[in-house]
Amino acid sequence: MNLEGAFLAGLPYIALASGLLIVMIGVAIRRTHFVAWSLTVLTLVATLICHFPGYEALGEGTTLTMLFYVDGVSYVFNAMFVLAAIFTAVIAYQYVQERLGYPEEFYLLLLAATFGGMMLPAATHFASLILGLEIVSISLYAMIAYPQRARGPLEAGLKYMILSGVGSTTILFGMALIYAASGSMEFMDVSPVTGSMEGDTFYLIGHAFFWSGIAFKLSLVPFHIWTPDVYQGAPAIVTGFVATVSKGAVFVVVMRYVMQSDVFSSEAITYVVFLNAAASMIVGNLLALQQKNLKRLLAYSSIAHMGYLVIALFLVSTHPGIGFETAIVYLAGYFVMTLAAFGVISVLSVHSERELATIDDITGLLWRRPILSATLIAAALSLAGIPLTMGFIAKFYLFTAGIEGKMWTLVGLLVLGSAIGIYYYLRIVFAMTSQPEGELERAPNSSWTGIGAVATLGIATVVLGVYPTPLVDLVQTLLRASGF
Amino acid sequence: MNVLLLICLLLAAGLVAWASERIRPNLPNWVALTTFVLATLWVVFAWLSGPHEGGLYAEQFYSWIPRFGINVILKVDGLSLMLIGLTMLLGAVAVVSSWTETTTRRGFFQFNILWVMAGVVGVFSAFDLFLFFFFWEVMLIPMYFLIAIWGHEDRSYASMKFFLFTQISGLLMLVAIVALVWIHYSTHGVLSFDYHTLLGAELDDSVARLLMLGFFVAFITKLPSVPLHTWLPDAHTQAPTAGSVILAGILLKTGAYGIVRFVVTLFPEASRDFWIYGMALGVASILYGGFMAYSQSDFKRLVAYSSIAHMGFVLVGVYSFNDLGMQGAIVTMIAHGFSTAALFMMAGALQERLHTREMSKMGGLWVKAPRMGAVTMFFVIASVGMPGLGNFIGEFLVLLGAFQKNVFLTICAAIGIVVAAVYGLSLMQRSFQGTPNPDVPEMRDFAFREMSAMIVLMVALVWLGVYPQHVLSMTDAILPMLGVAP
Repeated sequence: MNLEGAFLAGLPYIALASGLLIVMIGVAIRRTHFVAWSLTVLTLVATLICHFPGYEALGEGTTLTMLFYVDGVSYVFNAMFVLAAIFTAVIAYQYVQERLGYPEEFYLLLLAATFGGMMLPAATHFASLILGLEIVSISLYAMIAYPQRARGPLEAGLKYMILSGVGSTTILFGMALIYAASGSMEFMDVSPVTGSMEGDTFYLIGHAFFWSGIAFKLSLVPFHIWTPDVYQGAPAIVTGFVATVSKGAVFVVVMRYVMQSDVFSSEAITYVVFLNAAASMIVGNLLALQQKNLKRLLAYSSIAHMGYLVIALFLVSTHPGIGFETAIVYLAGYFVMTLAAFGVISVLSVHSERELATIDDITGLLWRRPILSATLIAAALSLAGIPLTMGFIAKFYLFTAGIEGKMWTLVGLLVLGSAIGIYYYLRIVFAMTSQPEGELERAPNSSWTGIGAVATLGIATVVLGVYPTPLVDLVQTLLRASGF
Repeated sequence: MNVLLLICLLLAAGLVAWASERIRPNLPNWVALTTFVLATLWVVFAWLSGPHEGGLYAEQFYSWIPRFGINVILKVDGLSLMLIGLTMLLGAVAVVSSWTETTTRRGFFQFNILWVMAGVVGVFSAFDLFLFFFFWEVMLIPMYFLIAIWGHEDRSYASMKFFLFTQISGLLMLVAIVALVWIHYSTHGVLSFDYHTLLGAELDDSVARLLMLGFFVAFITKLPSVPLHTWLPDAHTQAPTAGSVILAGILLKTGAYGIVRFVVTLFPEASRDFWIYGMALGVASILYGGFMAYSQSDFKRLVAYSSIAHMGFVLVGVYSFNDLGMQGAIVTMIAHGFSTAALFMMAGALQERLHTREMSKMGGLWVKAPRMGAVTMFFVIASVGMPGLGNFIGEFLVLLGAFQKNVFLTICAAIGIVVAAVYGLSLMQRSFQGTPNPDVPEMRDFAFREMSAMIVLMVALVWLGVYPQHVLSMTDAILPMLGVAP
């Protein structure tokens, strides 16, 4: 490994870490919200740009110590996380300014969480997995409970901290057992076939623990119970970040694990994961039907979406190329539409005492806040998987992936789930378009940066839904360059 | 003729109409009307200048999502051209009919109408199955908005039901499309959604039957046929007038078009084996729709149920699998578009004047509004199947075709025509004839604007009834493509 190549490949990580330090020192010297915010956005943009020289040096993939393997796939996900963080920062600015006491550290946490998230797509070792996972989680505890005087966020933060802590310990214990069976912590060396551990008790129990913890982080049924409460309690934009970056990062590392360790050659493990996925699609959609709060509704729908995504996970073990492509496109779409939805809630709630997230709050919204409503409508239709939106392309990918992998049960459930989903997403749309009684109240002003960022996401949802070819081409090029 | 340009024109006009509301509240109506009139002229011009080689009036190809072999393939043959012409003409009529009905947010209203029409034109000209499905959905969402925002008292329920029925059946179709493409891919190694490529897919009988059902269910939901018709009475009754005109006049035809274009040709054997079910469902729809129509007291609901009956004839015609039946089905599609659109306009006009759709609150309206009475009479008679008007030609041909296939079902379908006379005349009697209802307020008769729209439709129906050869000769050319020799 030549040093220069390794340095370039690691450049985005270095950029983000240095930016993190600069923001920290800056905040320590003088508290200025705008400066902290600008430095954060600057750091994120610089990190994004650093991916380009890094990519040149990458080749098919670069090994950085035994812990990390950086390739095109990690870079795609890094870029997605950084972009998500940029949107989060831009949308959050006014919200943080108006509602939070000490705004500056919020960005510190955001950068730290993004840094943790960026470690996971490159992780090839249990140590780097847990490292990345914990950096994300610990930053998120604080971000969720950031409005420290409000009851909801504190409760949500505490709940997330305790349950997520339990999840992490479960993962650690599972790793210990897997290590006991295989004698290695590297993903490569824990394969059930090469290690002939298919019937090994330690190996299976270890995976039971490991997968439970992972399923908790991905909020798959039956480990989903934290999701609605945390989604509802956390500030809307933080919820968006949790739903996208934290889940996306965990999903990528699991994909890498599945591909390298070939864990699905064990029938027992496959079966358990299959049950998780099927239950998530059913339970998530059915419970979403009952919800009157938008954030809770999106929480249950995210459970269902993670269930759908497991189809891509299964495909990774048999057709890694298509599996990764599906997952990347699906997650890209999911990122855009989820951030758009939570972004709208966040921008709407800037001036109000509580977050405006019930169905009543958004009734007739189209006639008061047309841009925000149009974005939310696009996001809702996209989450429902209606054509013209990114969500449809994403679902179409899963569809073909499921048919390619002959996973008929999961494809059937995907169709059923989408059918149920239409009902509750449509309720959001209907509420927004219904005619309000009497005179319209004048909407309070929101900053144009927030609205602009949200609208950009809304436009992206539609544009990429109508013409996804650039995205598909990009993903395919990167995958091919990474040797898939 | 450039179809993509036409679609873009409609989409752009939608945006312009929306924006123009700020200048003058009435301007969106003018934008929409101008667009539809221009588009109609465009179609007529294309028709007069005749087809290019291969019987196509337009053919376009653009790459879209090469990853999945998805392309923008737009072709217009005789069938498509007639239906696009019908669409544009009824678009103009719909705009005229709702000129004064909607007072709120007219810009967004006309935007939705124009976008529905763009979707419909796409559906009628897409020859790539993915593109077809795409347009199938494009027309759904604005239609949902039309019902949900400007609908009558029960709009929430009706719009939701409409969306769920169409969307879920659409998902079934999507599964069938993807499965068909994948089967073709695994045997031929070519990933393509092109209709003409997929015609060559080799399918096992059982698989073909399943996939055929996937398409069939989606299309008979839209048609609609018994037992998937229940969304229609609600949606049609609750929709604003323009919405009902578009729904009944055009959107139902997309279902019929789908059966003719895709079910019958992509799965020829499976469809032929299926004929008895298709025909029986058609007859069931005719009788059920007829009887239900008779028992309605709501003007609009009655017309809605009569649509189910008329579309039953289309199903019977297609599943006769001979040239007469197929031509009859196509003529019925077009004639029903004109006659039902007019009746829904009448329902809308009555509601605007009397604020009710209940026929018990009408009666003897002819005295107060003789022009409206005469117009209603004309279209009721047309829809009943009076010789000399378009509907008669269609239904007569359907019966002729069906007779060759199955006598018993043909007799049952013919009974449906008698039932149609009963509910049609009862509609006329309860609303316009009989003793004048003293509670009816003074009402304005049709003026120039409404009469001109109605006269256009009348002329079209008479033309279709007296000289159907224009339509028949256009369908002749495409019959071999649909698997029945002329």
